[in-house]
Amino acid sequence: MSRPGRDDSPDRLYTVTQGRSRSASDTPFDLVTLVVAECEPTRGMQSEHSAILRLTQAPTAVVEVAAELRLPVSITKILLSDLHAAGRVSARHPYTAAVPDPDILEQVLVGLRNL
Amino acid sequence: MDSAISDARTPLGASADNGLKIVVVGGFGVGKTTMVRSVSEIRPLNTEETMTQAGETVDDTSEVRGKTATTVAFDFGRISLDARNVLYLFGAPGQERFWFLWDRLFSGTLGAVVLVDTRRIDDSWYAIDRLEHHGTPFVVACNDFGGARHSPESVREALDLDPEVPLVFCDARSRESSKQVLIALVEHLRTRIAGHAAPPRQEFV
Ligand SMILES: Nc1nc2c(ncn2[C@@H]2O[C@H](COP(=O)(O)OP(=O)(O)O)[C@@H](O)[C@H]2O)c(=O)[nH]1
Ligand SMILES: [Mg+2]
Repeated sequence: MSRPGRDDSPDRLYTVTQGRSRSASDTPFDLVTLVVAECEPTRGMQSEHSAILRLTQAPTAVVEVAAELRLPVSITKILLSDLHAAGRVSARHPYTAAVPDPDILEQVLVGLRNL
Repeated sequence: MDSAISDARTPLGASADNGLKIVVVGGFGVGKTTMVRSVSEIRPLNTEETMTQAGETVDDTSEVRGKTATTVAFDFGRISLDARNVLYLFGAPGQERFWFLWDRLFSGTLGAVVLVDTRRIDDSWYAIDRLEHHGTPFVVACNDFGGARHSPESVREALDLDPEVPLVFCDARSRESSKQVLIALVEHLRTRIAGHAAPPRQEFV
């Protein structure tokens, strides 16, 4: 297993995000937000964008997208934000609460026991 | 780019809509990746997050250009619990710089497993300290590397463990054993929220 990103020169990272920066509040994606493509890749689209649209034909977590693209999580989130803003992907954010929902915990337990 | 996409992906079902996180922390070689692999439905993948020396994650790529950034790598696996819930299990190094990223990466995590090698018990102190600091619920799992078996009491004492924190013994190479560790964590979470939600119930018999 090779470590992702090790062949990513800073210049490549700069290029894939076109050098833009975003604040955290612009990127509400969690590591486990499930991303779903809403369209097919099109010709001429940035290659990372096409790769994401192919990957996310089934729901795929942000962290899986990052691992498959071999990009750092924060860079992946910028790419996803762009696609999301353009309506090309939808995002299923995790239900988060300060204290986990007892019903969800119960579902987790059932799921684990069935493993 | 296409060549970077692994061919053997196992897609999630179309109805999956709730990602959940559990983090396995522990020192190098303690069995984190092994445990993730034992229970995961996918081959463990790894990725990384980049942060500056100030502890900020890098989303301004000029920081990367300036080479002021360092990276923290972690691996993960996945368990589809049912049609909607998907549990992601992260194996993360307990080293100091990792904790700068905790809030950014692992806020909203259900809880953590602190994996301990009883031959190097002091490797775990720092992780336990940080989890307590972040208020993240956790269980301690002693991974069986053979050799002398330590009593639960001696491990608790060596870790100065709060009596309410569950301590279990496991073999990270075993799917069943690793699964029991996760169950112990979720049962602990359930007990905790039952305790928070209502005052202890008066039992009438
Ligand atoms: N005997 C024994 N070896 C283990 C166990 N868990 C992991 N190992 C071995 O310990 C080594 C380090 O494990 P790894 O999962 O890579 O550790 P990590 O650095 O925490 O991810 C590997 O060679 C594993 O096969 C265990 O429960 N018992
Ligand atoms: Mg490892």
